[in-house]
Amino acid sequence: MVAFIIRRLLQSLIVMFVVALVAFTLFQFVGDPINQLVGVETGLKEREELRQRLGLNDPWIVQFWRFALNAVQGDFGISYQHKRPVTDLIVNRMPATLELSLISALFSLFVGVPMGVYTGLNRNGFLSKIFMTVSLVGISLPTFLIGILLIFVFSVQLGVLPSFGRGEAVLVGSWSTGLLTSSGIKALILPAITLGLFQLTLIMRLVRSEMLEVLRTDYIKFARARGLSNSAVHFGHALKNTLVPVITITGLQLGSIIAFAIITETVFQWPGMGLMFLQAIQNVDIPIMAAYLILIAFFFVVINLIVDILYYVVDPRLRIDPSAAHGHG
Amino acid sequence: MWLIRACASIQARHMGMADMKSPAPAPSTLQRMRDSDIWYSFKQSPITIAAAVVTVTFFLCALLAPWLAPHDPFDLVSMDIMDSFLAPAWSIDGDPRFLLGTDDQGRDVLSAIMHGSRVSLFIGFASVLLALLLGVGLGLWSGFVGGRLDAFIMRVAEIQLSFPTILIALLVNGVLRGALQIEQQVHLAYVVLILSIGISGWVQYARTVRGSTMVERNKEYVQAARVIGIHPWLIMLRHILPNVTGPVLVIATIHLAVAIISEATLSFLGVGVPPTEPSLGTLIRIGNDFLFSGEWWITIFPGAALAILVLAVNLLGDWLRDALNPKLR
Amino acid sequence: MALLEVDQLRVEFLTRNGTLTAVDDVSLKIEEGEVLGVVGESGAGKSMTGNAIIGLLEPPGRIAGGEIRLDGQRIDNLPYEKMRKIRGAEIGAIFQDPLTSLNPLYSVGQQLVETIRTHSDVGLAAARSRALELLNEVGIPAASQRIDHFPHQFSGGMRQRVVIALALSANPRLIIADEPTTALDVSIQAQIIALLKRLCRDHGTAVMLVTHDMGVIAETADRVAVMYAGRIAEIGPVADVIKHAKHPYTDGLMGSIPVVGQQTERLAQIEGAMPRLTAIPDGCAFNPRCPKAFDKCRQTRPDPIASGAGEVACWLIEQEAHHG
Repeated sequence: MVAFIIRRLLQSLIVMFVVALVAFTLFQFVGDPINQLVGVETGLKEREELRQRLGLNDPWIVQFWRFALNAVQGDFGISYQHKRPVTDLIVNRMPATLELSLISALFSLFVGVPMGVYTGLNRNGFLSKIFMTVSLVGISLPTFLIGILLIFVFSVQLGVLPSFGRGEAVLVGSWSTGLLTSSGIKALILPAITLGLFQLTLIMRLVRSEMLEVLRTDYIKFARARGLSNSAVHFGHALKNTLVPVITITGLQLGSIIAFAIITETVFQWPGMGLMFLQAIQNVDIPIMAAYLILIAFFFVVINLIVDILYYVVDPRLRIDPSAAHGHG
Repeated sequence: MWLIRACASIQARHMGMADMKSPAPAPSTLQRMRDSDIWYSFKQSPITIAAAVVTVTFFLCALLAPWLAPHDPFDLVSMDIMDSFLAPAWSIDGDPRFLLGTDDQGRDVLSAIMHGSRVSLFIGFASVLLALLLGVGLGLWSGFVGGRLDAFIMRVAEIQLSFPTILIALLVNGVLRGALQIEQQVHLAYVVLILSIGISGWVQYARTVRGSTMVERNKEYVQAARVIGIHPWLIMLRHILPNVTGPVLVIATIHLAVAIISEATLSFLGVGVPPTEPSLGTLIRIGNDFLFSGEWWITIFPGAALAILVLAVNLLGDWLRDALNPKLR
Repeated sequence: MALLEVDQLRVEFLTRNGTLTAVDDVSLKIEEGEVLGVVGESGAGKSMTGNAIIGLLEPPGRIAGGEIRLDGQRIDNLPYEKMRKIRGAEIGAIFQDPLTSLNPLYSVGQQLVETIRTHSDVGLAAARSRALELLNEVGIPAASQRIDHFPHQFSGGMRQRVVIALALSANPRLIIADEPTTALDVSIQAQIIALLKRLCRDHGTAVMLVTHDMGVIAETADRVAVMYAGRIAEIGPVADVIKHAKHPYTDGLMGSIPVVGQQTERLAQIEGAMPRLTAIPDGCAFNPRCPKAFDKCRQTRPDPIASGAGEVACWLIEQEAHHG
């Protein structure tokens, strides 16, 4: 298992390296950063000095090395648009995004899995058909449209929930949280549902199809032939076997939730990283784009690692034992 | 399954076997379609029929928008600012000339939706086509050649797949726009969008096609074709491609829905189609500003149109997948 | 009264091309402690009959007629919960593929304990020692360590032993063994059959042994039922059926078994193939392949007729009775 994790860590490092390379190439691709940093009136000589000082005349491999080294230390340079260190901006915005993402993920998981199990077991039930139809609608509605509809109903028509912002946030250490104030929680409801709904339908459909698949297997038939009770067959045997794919997808989804937050944050003007990233794209603010990309990649890599470790916990076939070890490459 | 039979017949034609004498006249294509499983399952599902009707209606409306639309939303002369913010025709403040009301500039919402669908569908189809060509090409190449090339392409695919498509699309979009001048950005908005969505979607095609290619390439008929010296690309096109038509068709249908959503999302986020020639996403973005002042129809109707279109395409995709894969029934 | 009586059982599949009859008027009896072999080609309805008896027909299959009685009590129409209590406790089952019959995520001990505790009210420790006993009984070496291993750590033969232990864990009176050795290596097959035979004799368990291997039947069964296209062609004591097959189909089957020490140019084989369920011919289903078919065979379907110690569904028997 240790060897496996080390191998995975190495793979993660390679992924991070590739992403850093892509992020770095962004700089090369897109215009002259000097133009972004200085005004039109700056003279050629000053420009050249700045260029020299920033190391832009060095070979690209040196520049990349410097970029990577700085990135590892959490230094992504200065935002073209805000003229402030990118790291500060991100650290400032991160709590809002992470809180929103986490709550959405929990929402989608704790509602999606039971719905999936139910529809898998009662395949032709009335409620199942409703769930499936609703889920299809959920998949077909773009995130931003769900947000707009929720705002229209709950903020404009009913006026019960706020339509933008994060409410009142309090500082816990250096982490600003909105989870401790009532206005913060109220403000979180609509964005969290908006962000989580798509994942919820995905998880529900996944659990359902996995359940249907597993219920057809020989070991379920044999479990029934042994006279085990329905609940033992359904939850002990079937559900547990659906967990591996569910963990994979949920893990990956957690990553995409953070990325999808871009859209939700735009709709609700939620002061998180996503909103900042979008503004960066609109203004071609490369340092922020690069930093965001690397950060998201980092989240993905960490999540993937956790998912891999969870596999071991769930599936004994993956646990390396002397008699089966030769089977692993 | 008519598709496979159709593939077989294509294959037969290619190999010059169509002229072989058969004891009974072969049933016509139409007849074969009527007798086929896929047509049967189509007839059996009223939802699928409804989805097909909706999709075709949208296609026709989009295709014929310049002739069908009651007003020309691009003709500034015919627009009257006095007609702005008119409610839908059936409400008290409505005007019978504008069935679904008008926007802030007095533009007919219904006509705008028809023209918007045209833009959305065009970009959707073009992106799917790009992703399909890219994915099928790379998949065939990767699967047929194997070795390092295969490992490289699949590794890239894996990394890309671990990020949500919308993030990739946003990134490609940001880079392309960064590389362009401001004037070009407006000019080439379509191209930028198609490239962003197309590049973000090739992976699934490639993986599916690669899988089938690897299976097929070791079969005896392919080996035989190789032995008699038929060019590899010819083998792939004639023998391997027909085998993946079904799955690729399914992916393409579902991808069309995703592409339409992606386009709408990018446009909604303000990095898509410019407001001068709005797509459905742009219309929703414009209308969103008026949601709070009570002019809900400017955003809700385009939103509903988008949702219905995507839902219909999704339903068709779902049905096609099930119909082509009898195991799931 | 026999332990199990199947009376004119009919199993149908509803498909969009109409109703298919997979099991057609099958009647058979299994006495306490008896081994009944059921043979036939794939698709003859053997497994369907077995699945119908344990109440695990998969939709769209359903019992469309007839009765199944255990100790004279009907069990084919029981509600799910009642039938569940019979499964495992009264009627056990063993399926074809031991590789897929065990849940990969639980150790064999967990699966045994779970089954034991489902059918009897014993504590965890007692159930575990019973599980250990069972594993020893089915011949798992070092059972006290192996009990905590997972299915993937066992070989195919060992897994089938575990499956047998599971099927026997609540001391059922009847075991439906559906091709229990087909998926195994030939060298293992004999061991498993011998084990099954020994255990059932020791426990007094009756067995319905579904297989397409006449050799296994000859070695193991007391009586044998030969099925063809959803019907029973011939049923009777195993020695009679093998030595003096009365149905031309059984005769053909026997001809296809190589006999040790006998020089034959090539094995006899039955021409043609069993009809698909969608295209069962009029009259006797076997008539197109039967070397002795005559007019009546092509028009009227024969019902099983008592003949000697068994029953045969063939017009030849009736003819003989008339002439002889």
